[in-house]
Amino acid sequence: MEMISKSTKKKDHDAKISGRALYVDDHVMDDMLYGRLLRSAKAKARITKIILPALPTGYFVVDKNDVTGENRVAIIVHDTPVYAEDTVEYVGEPILMVVGPAVKEVERILHAIVIIYEDQVPVLDMCQSDTAFFNYNYAKGDIEKALGAADRVISETFQTGYQEQAYLEPQGLIAYPRAGRMTVRGSMQCPYYVHAAVAKALGYEEQDVQVIQDVTGGAFGGKEAFPSILACQIAVAAKKANRPVKVIFDRREDLEFTSKRHPSLCTYKVAIKNGEITGMDIDVLFNSGAYTTLSAVVLQRGLICANGVYRIDNLRVAGRAVKTNTVPCGAYRGFGAPQTFFAVEMVMAHIAKEMGLDSLELKEKYIVQQGDATSTSGKFHFHVPLPEMIQRIDELTAYRAKRKLYQNQTGRYRKGIGMSMFFHGCGFTGSGERDIIKAVAKLRKNADGTVEVLASNTDMGQGIKTTFCKIVADTLGIAYDKVYIDNPDTDRVPDSGPTVASRSLMTVGGLLQQAAAKLKKEWLEGKEQVIEEHFSEPDFVIPFCLEEFKGDAYPTYSWSVNAIEVEVDTLTATTKVLGAWGIFDVGVPVDMNIIQGQMQGGFLQGIGYAAMEQMDYNEKGMIRNNSFSDYIIPTAVDVPKLVTEILNNPYTHGPYGAKGAGELPLVGAAPAYVEAMENALGTNLHKAPFTQEDTMRVLQGRR
Amino acid sequence: MIKFTLNSQEVISLAKANERLLDVLRNEFSLTGVKCGCKEGECGACSVILDGRLVNSCLVAMGHIEGSTLVTIEGYRGTDRFAALAKAYAAVSAVQCGFCIPGMILASECILAQNPNPTEAEIREGISGNLCRCTGYNAIVEAIGIAAKGGQGLW
Repeated sequence: MEMISKSTKKKDHDAKISGRALYVDDHVMDDMLYGRLLRSAKAKARITKIILPALPTGYFVVDKNDVTGENRVAIIVHDTPVYAEDTVEYVGEPILMVVGPAVKEVERILHAIVIIYEDQVPVLDMCQSDTAFFNYNYAKGDIEKALGAADRVISETFQTGYQEQAYLEPQGLIAYPRAGRMTVRGSMQCPYYVHAAVAKALGYEEQDVQVIQDVTGGAFGGKEAFPSILACQIAVAAKKANRPVKVIFDRREDLEFTSKRHPSLCTYKVAIKNGEITGMDIDVLFNSGAYTTLSAVVLQRGLICANGVYRIDNLRVAGRAVKTNTVPCGAYRGFGAPQTFFAVEMVMAHIAKEMGLDSLELKEKYIVQQGDATSTSGKFHFHVPLPEMIQRIDELTAYRAKRKLYQNQTGRYRKGIGMSMFFHGCGFTGSGERDIIKAVAKLRKNADGTVEVLASNTDMGQGIKTTFCKIVADTLGIAYDKVYIDNPDTDRVPDSGPTVASRSLMTVGGLLQQAAAKLKKEWLEGKEQVIEEHFSEPDFVIPFCLEEFKGDAYPTYSWSVNAIEVEVDTLTATTKVLGAWGIFDVGVPVDMNIIQGQMQGGFLQGIGYAAMEQMDYNEKGMIRNNSFSDYIIPTAVDVPKLVTEILNNPYTHGPYGAKGAGELPLVGAAPAYVEAMENALGTNLHKAPFTQEDTMRVLQGRR
Repeated sequence: MIKFTLNSQEVISLAKANERLLDVLRNEFSLTGVKCGCKEGECGACSVILDGRLVNSCLVAMGHIEGSTLVTIEGYRGTDRFAALAKAYAAVSAVQCGFCIPGMILASECILAQNPNPTEAEIREGISGNLCRCTGYNAIVEAIGIAAKGGQGLW
């Protein structure tokens, strides 16, 4: 293990373990009002009339007419209204907010408001949508020729469902006006995203908006773009009331109306000739929901991963993110990749069966190597450690032997084991880092020799405060205690970009390492010094062109192989996870405990996605799994101890050899789990999550 | 008026009998270490120790606690047992976002108070009412095991 990997006590440990850490709902301000949103009850309708009751003194109703700037939330495409205009596009779309000093009275008023709708016909099913928000395609080689010359073409469709981030702390923010400015604080990943959105909605100059992150109780992508929407709504309310306004979602509101992982349908046509895979023709459909939010980039990442870790010379990939009158989907750890990795891993498993091979045997023939072209004709510039990961998994699990052993089982209890192999492209997709984000990070050395890290990246549990400080302290050769970092405040920190895309440590951590190296050289005892560093793209990168979908979509990749073993009770259709193993290459861990915690936590979210996290809408377009009683996330007894190992594969261009880590562990659990279910049930499966009900359907169909 | 013992002090609450204990602890007593994650008894973030048993404070009505003894993280954090758990959690970096942690620590206490040498399965069972979305539970389970081993005599 590298020296830097040795774990230290996390910077936020003491505050969090003692209950002293203050989350947004723990803050109370003088004269603070509480807000609740009134949401559309219809999936698609025109609002013809809003009938308000008489409002007691001190209570306000806030809606589109109170938006002093533009009634649009700045995300990527500016289509999400701050408050609904004449029409509503999904059940739960915010129409107005009631604010006032007592929550109960706010709720009473909310219930007394009558909205008259003129119903319109919603589109709920993504297959019925005729509006593609985003549409991309790319190709290499000659897929038509490969399909035409094939001995046979295997065609299959795979389905994945919603997944809710289910961070333990629900969404919440406070906004307060002061001296002609507006401050927004609370639970979020990306203070500068919120900053830009609030300025636009209020019509303020950027310097008149301040955004502060509070201790954030988990996010996983769910607090990437969504807080921008809520911040605009609350800031407009705070401006109208001229008082602080706090909004904290309750769990049902959070589960129903905040952004989730996109449901998908992926169709693969695979050309086979002389026992070889000669081409893949892939069609990807993502359900965006009613507004675009982050769908463009989620879809891009999904498409780039569509051929998995395999060398496919004749490839065509087409994808659409379509509009439906359902809750808008957005970012969730993995960001489009879990959907297509599920599909490609399953199709490979099914092709192998057709050929009379075990899936691992087939997959091993096509694994990319260093120097190979990526799907988008970029290059895998660095070592691809999948073969040694497969070997290690086999040592740990007796994988190959078990696959044979579990064929043709009879009896009530049947076992299965499955494997997935996958990558996660580190950092922003395409040229975003270079052209849009242009990250800046700073170090401030105080006269007493302590050093403050100034960056806009947020700690939402993943440990960035600790890892940033470790990098700076180690580079400077000073004690870890002498380096500190506060929750970002846009009045104090530069824009080092959002806390997303497994980029913070690799990209911003790299800038901090450079800054620390410079500070060390220029160190003046007893003097205050500030060092600032700006991002520049590494020289080896083949520039990505989005129009052509060509080039290096990512500078480098994190790699992993997972195996999951299950036991199905064919009487009750319940499934027990007997073991879950993951080997991960995230470069050099800047803190081993933190990386292990990321791998284990992400892996379990992936197992939830694979096995139990079922969410859907009903015939009215309402999300029906709106509590932890029917949106089930894993508890401590649902899995045994997860076995996670870190493979050492330093990334030459990352700080201390580190690269992206946070998202990788979620990406491959679903195909490993569902392949294990196939192994146990002896039949091909095509969907995730694969729940107890799905198992029951297979078992009943057999009778 | 509801009288009870809160973190070793006798207190009187003016709350109504049908109010949630969770809301009263957070709002009337400013005990913000008690977290609200679902208000439906599903997540365990609001766990407190009521007469020696771990309960979800969102599911306890104030009328129920007259004469009871209640411990929240604010009362527990001054104890030697807390120090042993805090050290063990730190050793394996078991705290990520931290929102489940006050409840998780009190669940850890209840496991060890009942059984100072729990097996891994018993630890998992003991925290199965406390959801954590960050860690995958490995580190938390390990931390409780470390505290059990290192805290000989404390429990």
